[in-house]
Amino acid sequence: MLAYLIRRLFYALPILIGVNVITFALFFIVNTPDDMARMQLGVKRVTPEAIEKWKVERGYDKPLFWNTEASGAGKATETIFFGKSVKMFALDFGRADDGRDIAREIKLRMGPSLAVAVPVFVLGLFAAISFALLLVYFRATYLDFAGVVLCVAMMSISGLFYIIGGQWLVSKVWHLVPISGYAEGLSAAKFIILPVIVSVLAGIGSSARWYRTIFLEEYTKDYVRTARAKGLSERFVLFRHVLRNALIPILTGAVVVIPALFMGSLLIEAFFGIPGLGSYTIDAINAQDFAVVRAMVFIGSALYIVGLLLTDISYTLADPRIRLQ
Amino acid sequence: MKFVLLWSDALFFLLVAVAIAGGIWASRIEHLRLSWRKVGQSNVGMAAATLLLAFVVVALLDSLHYRERLPGEQEAYAVEVRSALDVVLTGLRTRTEKTYSAPLATHSFAKETLDAEGAGGRDFPRLKHGGSHLGENLVAHEADIVRKLVQGLGIGLAVWLAFWLAGAPLRRAAPHLAWSAAFVTLLLLCLAAGTVASLAQGYHVLGTDKVGQDVLYLTLKSIRTGLLIGTLTTLIMLPAAVFLGLLAGYAGGWIDDVIQYLYTTLNSIPGVLLIAAAVLMMQVVIDTHPEWFATSAERADARLLALCAILGITSWTGLCRLLRGETLKLRELEYVQAAQALGVSGLRILSRHILPNVMHIVMIAIVMDFSGLVLAEAVLSYVGIGVDPNTISFGTMINTARMELAREPMVWWSLAAAFVFMFVLVLAANLFADVVRDAFDPRAVK
Repeated sequence: MLAYLIRRLFYALPILIGVNVITFALFFIVNTPDDMARMQLGVKRVTPEAIEKWKVERGYDKPLFWNTEASGAGKATETIFFGKSVKMFALDFGRADDGRDIAREIKLRMGPSLAVAVPVFVLGLFAAISFALLLVYFRATYLDFAGVVLCVAMMSISGLFYIIGGQWLVSKVWHLVPISGYAEGLSAAKFIILPVIVSVLAGIGSSARWYRTIFLEEYTKDYVRTARAKGLSERFVLFRHVLRNALIPILTGAVVVIPALFMGSLLIEAFFGIPGLGSYTIDAINAQDFAVVRAMVFIGSALYIVGLLLTDISYTLADPRIRLQ
Repeated sequence: MKFVLLWSDALFFLLVAVAIAGGIWASRIEHLRLSWRKVGQSNVGMAAATLLLAFVVVALLDSLHYRERLPGEQEAYAVEVRSALDVVLTGLRTRTEKTYSAPLATHSFAKETLDAEGAGGRDFPRLKHGGSHLGENLVAHEADIVRKLVQGLGIGLAVWLAFWLAGAPLRRAAPHLAWSAAFVTLLLLCLAAGTVASLAQGYHVLGTDKVGQDVLYLTLKSIRTGLLIGTLTTLIMLPAAVFLGLLAGYAGGWIDDVIQYLYTTLNSIPGVLLIAAAVLMMQVVIDTHPEWFATSAERADARLLALCAILGITSWTGLCRLLRGETLKLRELEYVQAAQALGVSGLRILSRHILPNVMHIVMIAIVMDFSGLVLAEAVLSYVGIGVDPNTISFGTMINTARMELAREPMVWWSLAAAFVFMFVLVLAANLFADVVRDAFDPRAVK
């Protein structure tokens, strides 16, 4: 398995390079650094000197790929591509437009992001699977039908509605928790509880329905009939046989997002004022801070690739028949 | 008057034409026709389709753009680009108030100092248009609403009857379809539209927003944006996804490797971030080239299209992977091998023998993606990477109204209107998608 994992990591390298090239093309070739400077400094009435100064301050004054003026290795390293893109592989993300070190900022903001994202992930998975199992237990009855209708209705409601409605009801009308904000340590709980509930609710419709389909598909298999014919109770069949065998498709969807939990949720963090990576990204988007967006894209892709690897490993744990070679 | 054909209009009309042509094509192919008949026989499917059709009609009306000719000798046109829907809704568009007013209200939502002499003190001022036909006789307000309501119901019923009579040949031609569900939905639609239209003669049915615009007008205008995002995105990504998916599956070898690498790489970039990065870049391009666009409508339109393209680039990978897998399977079947043995060219095998047999996957993908894209538009506009702030859409409506619930007393109608309309649209799309998937997917679990 180790050999397999190492080989997979090597496969990941060209993908990361591809991501890097795509983002580089997006940020530097579609628009020249001059365009960006003009955008940042205001489109009209901007002097060439101001543009030049802006570029020098941020290291955008170098050539894109190949520096003919430098000597030796400097031809390749004294360029925007090397300075802004290649260095990311060494986790050197440079500085944001406000001069702060991006890597340090990421380290600081990971905590709050995880504090919201991990409970959302765990509770969301638990709630959706329980709800789906309940529906399957009552399959082909009106309860099942009502549950599916509820799921479809819930997934048709905009995520923004859950957030705005939740904040209004819980914080403004009931005065149970603060509308937004964050605190360190245990006192964070009162800030976290509402975003967690809201995100779980917003996600449960589509995932419960999806899990229900998976369970139902398992239900038509022969081993389930055999288990029932042996006289096993319905509950035993459901939890021991169906749930266990439905794990593979569930893991496919669930495990891949685990590493990305670090990134937090853009919407939730922006609405609830949680100082995590999600709100950091939103702020960067609104301030058009390209360095930060670029760094987040890179980290996001790297985490996704890690997620794919974890998915493969989780398969072997869930199903001993699967061997990674 | 000068007709203006925005790019998105052209694409939208093209899309409708493609849909009609696709329908004719599908009716000639046995298994596709049977599947569509299954959709038509489902009550839910027909009801949802009726609702969606109503939305499409509104969007089509809103896609016929023109610029008014300015009065004067020389040939000059207004900068503002209007649509046929604007003409239909002229009353709603022009009857603006000063600021917030509640649904069906006759008085403004906020107190104002009434007259300069200071005799009246602060009170809620009368609205310019809401209930203005009542004059000073405010006692009649409620009775007037009831009267208009009943009138509206009557008109709605009459319109529905006309539809019912006009639809008789249709029902005769295809008696096995679930027409009753369609006409019940249509009845509800007609009644709702009738009452709203009747009430809108004298009132702001859904209130007015911060700058006094009628919320009903805004919501109706939002429909086009939502539909465009949901459909054009698919239209833009479909050719690439289908072609690359089939090619990867059929050709195999290094072509397969390259295409797989392409979509894995795109897939591994977090969607929102890729969209954010691309939208930021596009904004710079648009802002630094103001000379490309004659009117602000054209600029907003370019941004809308670019957003569709960007969403398309990030969302074609799923379909491409599915098609590749299916083609891998089909490639090994006897009839494809027979075609190969007979010396049919690869391109022809793909178009004649493989494409019709993966059409159900494409169909399912189109309808499944739609609702997600409509919802995504709202979120992206909220984050600031969606449509142009001047484009009326559910996202921009929610974005401008987001602080209104915090007011005291709160302003709920803009948000409620946007959410309810979006909910109805997405629900109809979801239900329709479910029916289509059940009809087309041979492995669907009942």
